Amino acid sequence: MEIPPGLETTKRKVAHSDEHGFSDQVRVPNVIVMVGLPARGKTYISKKLCRYLKWTGFTTKVFNVGEYRRSDANAADAIHGANASFFSPNNADALKVRAESARRAMEDMADYLNSGTGGVAIFDATNTTKDRRRIIIDFCKKQRLRCFFIESVCDDPAIIDCNVTDVKVNSPDYKGLMTAEQAKEDFMNRIENYKKQYEPLDESEDESLSFIKVINAGRSFKVHQVRGHVQSRVVYFLMNIHLLPRSIYLTRHGQSEYNAMGRLGGDSPLTEDGQKYASALADFFEEEEVPGLRVWCSQKVRAAQTAQHLKPDFHTEYWKALDELDAGICEGLTYEDILQRYPKQADDRATDKYHYRYPSGESYEDVVSRLEPVIMELERQANVLVVSHQAVLRCVLAYFYDRPLSELPYIDIPLHSLVKLTPRAYHCDSTIYALDLESGEWTETSDQLPLCDSPRD
Amino acid sequence: MPGPAGVPQRKMTYFVPKSDNSNEQVRVPNVIALVGLPARGKTYISHKLCRYLNWIGIKTKAFNVGEYRRRACNLEEEGENEFFSPNNARGQKIRDECAKLAIEDMGRYLDNKEGEVAILDATNTTRDRRKLLMEFCRNMMHEPPFRVFFVESVCDDPDIINSNITEVKINSPDYKGIMSQEEAKEDFLKRIENYRMQYEPLDEDHDEELSYIKVINAGKSFYVHNVNGHVQSRVVYFLMNIHLLPRSIYLSRHGESEYNRIGRLGGDSPLSENGLNYAGKLREYFEKEDLDDFRVWSSQKIRAAQTASHLKDLAGHTEFWKCLDEIDAGICEGLTYEDFEARYPKQFAERDKDKYHYRYPSGESYEDLVARLEPVIMELERQSNVLVISHQAVLRCILAYFTNKNRDDLPYLKVPLHTVIKLTPKAYSCEIELFKFDIEAVNTYREKPQ
Repeated sequence: MEIPPGLETTKRKVAHSDEHGFSDQVRVPNVIVMVGLPARGKTYISKKLCRYLKWTGFTTKVFNVGEYRRSDANAADAIHGANASFFSPNNADALKVRAESARRAMEDMADYLNSGTGGVAIFDATNTTKDRRRIIIDFCKKQRLRCFFIESVCDDPAIIDCNVTDVKVNSPDYKGLMTAEQAKEDFMNRIENYKKQYEPLDESEDESLSFIKVINAGRSFKVHQVRGHVQSRVVYFLMNIHLLPRSIYLTRHGQSEYNAMGRLGGDSPLTEDGQKYASALADFFEEEEVPGLRVWCSQKVRAAQTAQHLKPDFHTEYWKALDELDAGICEGLTYEDILQRYPKQADDRATDKYHYRYPSGESYEDVVSRLEPVIMELERQANVLVVSHQAVLRCVLAYFYDRPLSELPYIDIPLHSLVKLTPRAYHCDSTIYALDLESGEWTETSDQLPLCDSPRD
Repeated sequence: MPGPAGVPQRKMTYFVPKSDNSNEQVRVPNVIALVGLPARGKTYISHKLCRYLNWIGIKTKAFNVGEYRRRACNLEEEGENEFFSPNNARGQKIRDECAKLAIEDMGRYLDNKEGEVAILDATNTTRDRRKLLMEFCRNMMHEPPFRVFFVESVCDDPDIINSNITEVKINSPDYKGIMSQEEAKEDFLKRIENYRMQYEPLDEDHDEELSYIKVINAGKSFYVHNVNGHVQSRVVYFLMNIHLLPRSIYLSRHGESEYNRIGRLGGDSPLSENGLNYAGKLREYFEKEDLDDFRVWSSQKIRAAQTASHLKDLAGHTEFWKCLDEIDAGICEGLTYEDFEARYPKQFAERDKDKYHYRYPSGESYEDLVARLEPVIMELERQSNVLVISHQAVLRCILAYFTNKNRDDLPYLKVPLHTVIKLTPKAYSCEIELFKFDIEAVNTYREKPQ
C-alpha cells in the first residue's frame, strides 16, 4: 500500500503535553476533605470519587483516617475502634490517639501531593468540628494545597439505618469482636457521641471555604465557591451518581468480517457467526426481563447489526463516542502487517499501550477522554446495555472494575460474551456470560474479566 | 489508492440508525422557569441556557414575559414604576394576562413537538404564580405532562445589582428613548422595590416537592434540589460553569498547511512557508495583546502544533486536545473536492443537501463534532482568556455556539486562514472582531449551493 504524501510527515515529532486534556490550571494539587457523621456515605463517596478521578487521568488516593487508627492499635487496643466510648469527646486517651492518626494521615497526604506522585488526595474522616477543619485548612495553606470540602448531610432515618446495616456492621472495626446486633447498637451509640460535637459547614461562618453539601444522598446540594477544574469535575460527578439498584450490560458486537480476517477497525458487517450471536443476545434479553432497559450502540455497521435484533421496546440510541478506537494509518491492517510495515510503531505501542497513539488515529487515553460523557450517563441511568468494541469496552470496564490505567489496554474481552455489572457501595459485582455458538448455551461466571497474555491484543 | 493487499473489494454496506439524533434521550418536555427580582441576571441566564441547549441538540425556546407586556400596553401612557405595584389593579391584571399568554404559547410549543424545552423568562416571584405554572404543566391535557425546573437567581451584593442595572436594564426596550439614564435608573430601582414587597423565594420547606436550582450572587454559591432527568442535569452543570467576568476568546486556524495549498482534505501535513509566516505574526499579535492568565489550546495535528509552538512562552499554559482535531473525512481523507465529486458523486450530492448531518463514510459529521466539542465549550465558559488553534470545521462549531448560529448556517460559517477571531461575551450577545493578517493563503471556503 502506498502511503499518501502527507502521512510521511508523521515521522516528525509532534509537541505533546504530558497532561490530560482536562488538566487543571498550573496543576495546583487538590485536597478533598470529607465531612459528616458516621453512616452518611463518606467512604462510599470517597471511593467512587477516587475511581472517577483516576479514570479521567488525575492520580488520586484516599487517606482514610480510620485505617491509620486501626493500624495504630495492638491486640489489646483493637477495642479502640470497636467501642463507642472511644468516640466520646470526653475520652481523653481516645482523643489523643485519634488526633495522632489524623496528623499522620495528613503528613502522608502532603508527601503524596508534594512529591508529585499524585494530583488529588481525598482525606476521608468525619472532620465534624470546626477545630479539626481549622487544623486541616492551616496545614493545607502551609503546604500550598487547594482545599475542597465535601459534607454528607443526612436526616433521613431510613437511609442511615440502611447504611449502618449494609456497610458499617461489616466494617473492620467490628469484625470478629461482637455480634451483628451488638455491633449495630454500638455503632448507633458512636453516632450519638459524634453528634454532640458536630458543627456543620455554614455559608456565613465558612464564607471563605470551597465546599459542597450532599444532602440526603443527593436529593439536594449546596455548593459554595468552586475553584478550578478539579473541583468543578467533583461537583459534576457528585450530582450524577446515585444509589439505586441497577445493572449495566456490556458486549462487543458479534464477529465481523474484519474480525474473521484479523483486520483492525474498518466498518464491516457481521459474519454468519456474528449474526448468530446477535440473535442469541436478543433471546437472552427476552428472557432476562430487565425493567426499562436502554440500549446504547456504536455507529459502526457491525454494532448496529448486533443491536438491530433486540426488540423495538428497548430504546436504542447510537453514540459516535462508542465507536472503536481509530487505528489511523493502521486501519484495515492485520497485526502482522503492522509488524512488517511499521516495526517502530509496534515497539512504541508495546512499550506504553495506554498512551500510544496510532498516527492519524487515537490512543486509549483519547478514548477515555471521549467516553467521559458516556460514563456520566451510565452513572445517572438505571439499566443499560452497551453494544460497542473491544478498546472502548476496556475503558468502561477499567472504570467500573477500578483497574489502573496501565492495565486498561489489556483487559481481555472475548467476542460473543456479555458482562453484567452491578454497582455496589464499595465495588462492582461482575458476571460474565459466554455464548457457545455450537450449542447455543450461555455459561455464567461470577468474576472480573482477566488480562490478556499477549501484549499485542 | 488501492485497498489493502488481499482484502477483497467488498461493497461497503451502511446501516442507517433508527434514531437521527445520537444523543436522544426519552423526550419528556421540560419547562425551565426563571425566578427572581429584576436585575438579577435572569434574562442573561435565559439567553445563555437557550443557546447552550440548542447547541447540544436539545431544541429550546425562551418565552420572555416582558416582551408580551410591551406588546400589550404602551408604556408611554403608564411608564411609571406604579405599573409594577401589586396595588395597581389595572397593572396587575395586564401582567397576569401577559404571563398567561406566554404560558399558553409555551404549552403549544411543547405540545406540538416544535421543541423539547421551553424557558419561561419572568420574575415568577410569588408562590401563587409558581403554583399556577405547576398546575398548567401537570395538566393531563399535555401528553406527557411537562417536567418543571425552577432557576432562581438570588443576589444581595449591591455592586452586582448596580452593575446589572446600569449595563442592561437602562438600555432595555422598556426605557429606550423614553427617559434619561438617571430617570430610568431611579424608576427601575423603584420597580425592584415594588416586586420585593411580594417576593417569596424558593424555600426548602414550602417547596419540598419542586425541582430547582438557586444561583446565589452570580454563581458564588448554588443550592440544588430534586434534579430529574437529563435536561435538568445539563442545566445544572451548565449554570455552574458560566461566569460573568470580562474575558476574550480568540479563535484561529493553524497557518496554511501543505494540504491546504494543494486543496486536500484533512491529513496531517506540516505548515507551508506562508503558514510559518503566519505563526510568527500570530506571536507578535499576542505579544502586543499582553493578556493576563493567557492560555493556548491546540489541536494535536502537526499544522496546529507548529502554529502553537510559536506562542509557547507567552502562554501560562499550552494544552493539546484531541477533540480539537479536524473533522474526520473518513474515506475522503486526502482527497480534493474534485476527487470527492468524481469518485463519490452520490456522497458529494448528499453532503450538499444536508451538510450538518452528513457523515463522511467511516468519518464524522458536523453533528458529531458538536458532541465531541461540548467539553471544550464548557471549559471556554469557565476560563478567562484563551486562544484556540484548531481547524475550519471545528472552529465553525465553536463560533456557532458563541454567535448563536443555527445548524443550517453552522457548516457555512467563514473561518478564513491567517485570521484571528476575537470573541468577547456580553450580556445578550457576543462581540466579534476579525483581525486579518496580510499573509497570502489559499481560500478553502466552499459556497453553500443554491
